[in-house]
Amino acid sequence: MALLLAKNISKSYEDGTVALDRASISVSKGEFVAIMGPSGSGKSTLLHILGLLDPATVGEYRFADVLVSDLSGAEIASLRNGKIGFVFQSFNLLPRTSVYENVLLPLVYSQVPEEDWGAKVRAAIDAVGLSHRIEHMTSLLSGGERQRVAIARALVVSPEIIFADEPTGNLDSKSGTQVMDIFKKLNSEGKTVVLITHDEKIASFGKRLVKIRDGRIESDIVQKTS
Amino acid sequence: MRFKFTYKTAFTSLRGRMSRSLLTILGIVIGIAAIMMVSAAGKGAENLITSELSGLGGETVVVQPGKEPKGPSDFAQSLLSDSLKDRELEAISRKANVPDLIDISPEIFVSGGASYQGETVSATVLGFSAEFMMENMGLKLAEGVNFDDADIGSKSAVAVIGSDVREELFGTEEALGKYLTIKNKRFRVVGTYAPQGQAVFFNVDDLIVVPYSTAQTYLTGEGHYSQFVVRASSVDVVDRMAADITRTLRDLHNITDPEEDDFHVETQQGLVDQISTIIGAFTLFLSFVVTIALVVGGVGVMNIMLVSVTERTREIGLRKALGATDRDILLQFLTEAVMLTGAGGVIGVVLGSLFSYVAAIAVRQFAGLDWGFVFPYMGAFAGIIVSVLVGLVFGIYPARVASRKSPIEALRYE
Repeated sequence: MALLLAKNISKSYEDGTVALDRASISVSKGEFVAIMGPSGSGKSTLLHILGLLDPATVGEYRFADVLVSDLSGAEIASLRNGKIGFVFQSFNLLPRTSVYENVLLPLVYSQVPEEDWGAKVRAAIDAVGLSHRIEHMTSLLSGGERQRVAIARALVVSPEIIFADEPTGNLDSKSGTQVMDIFKKLNSEGKTVVLITHDEKIASFGKRLVKIRDGRIESDIVQKTS
Repeated sequence: MRFKFTYKTAFTSLRGRMSRSLLTILGIVIGIAAIMMVSAAGKGAENLITSELSGLGGETVVVQPGKEPKGPSDFAQSLLSDSLKDRELEAISRKANVPDLIDISPEIFVSGGASYQGETVSATVLGFSAEFMMENMGLKLAEGVNFDDADIGSKSAVAVIGSDVREELFGTEEALGKYLTIKNKRFRVVGTYAPQGQAVFFNVDDLIVVPYSTAQTYLTGEGHYSQFVVRASSVDVVDRMAADITRTLRDLHNITDPEEDDFHVETQQGLVDQISTIIGAFTLFLSFVVTIALVVGGVGVMNIMLVSVTERTREIGLRKALGATDRDILLQFLTEAVMLTGAGGVIGVVLGSLFSYVAAIAVRQFAGLDWGFVFPYMGAFAGIIVSVLVGLVFGIYPARVASRKSPIEALRYE
């Protein structure tokens, strides 16, 4: 059963720009998909639609077998909260807060009982190897460490799938590799990962490579991972 | 999101912008402090006046010449009117005419001061009955005795003087038995009053009281009185007594149309009502000004909240991406606005009480009035409720703007 199933989805704006043109894609549980394309190719738009941050203008999209266009705003918010983890290029951590508080944030919006929060947060921080930094302010961390905090924040609700939008874009190559190794490890433990990048080296981490150009999916191949 | 965390989030966010938060609520603080001060001042003034008037005795009424003053020209006419003479005094005193009356004394105001051995003091000279005065105004003698009805009958040249007059004329010297001069007439001092302070309409310490008969004969040389002070047997019959006096004087003066009255009867309650009306109108006006201040303060809060929403677009987008609903975001910003203005309300209540308290001390110290500080519970309660309402009213729009941001727009925003 496909976890994500998009059929001919398009996204156009009022000024006539077409960001995505009849794209179809299916992602199953446990896959590691790299979506690659130059800037302006529509890869971010595709990720936003798949990640339930933005609705498609036309086309049919099912998330975990549910037709997304049938859902209310609150239901979509609850799916984003419980089933999806996001990692952004610019980390998007809250200023003036600790690692712990940042990772806690999704739980605050969840139905998870409060007494379980501490254990979950610590487990997620442990998974990205930052246990020694748990009470640090995020502003004092390096870029690589910040992105690992963001990954821990995505993991804390034990999501079905992690979407990463150019997660290494703001990192040097050494911390970039560290971050990618975490994604690889998460995938080997059964997490579904969808990431977008314009970097071939990063794309080579994916078990499957989807190339996109001018809003259309150009190729979709299974590749040998490095 | 659970409310506890909405509150925590709002608090953390406000603390992170401490100086801006404080500046934002300045308008609210001033508005609420003003509410506190207005209501404290209103209460203080009302208490002061009511206590001073009741010091005069609720069972006392005053009969004055001229019809009831309704404008400045009526006051002049009241001063010039000579409708109260011995004939009127006698008519009112008659038990058959005014059965509830137990005591009456005419009063004469004499302009000018008094002197002793070249030392002159400006004082309020009152032709009155000293006994009546003591009983009705709660005065105490410091030295000597009151003059009595026999002195009034014989038009004796005797005087009881207030503590300031005594101090200025005689200093540490013995005052009793000395002669002071009022309008070239020598009066023997028979008694002095204990220091009393400001009453509503005059300062008792500045008083020189002489028998009204003596004042009429030697000081004013006129046959009429400034007013009659009349005491009823109890507060309950005051209105009936006032009506009896009115009827008696109308019969005496052959007046049928109340418009033609050449006198008027004032009860203490009437005065209290009049003053309360004036204070009420004043309070209403100030409340109107305060309302404007609060609206301006509220618009300021709204303005800053809108700036804050724009600045925090990324944060809003992130929270939505992590699962916050529109309602969560709306509540977060609304809570921030209400916490801001609520804090402004509390600070305003504290500052307002503090200022009122200091002002009350200052008034007591420098004006010599018995002005007490009354904590205006109603004002404090209303102030905090109003500040929270201002937060709700002016916070809802920025909060809606925040809640409607799409997570994509928000995350892209740099």
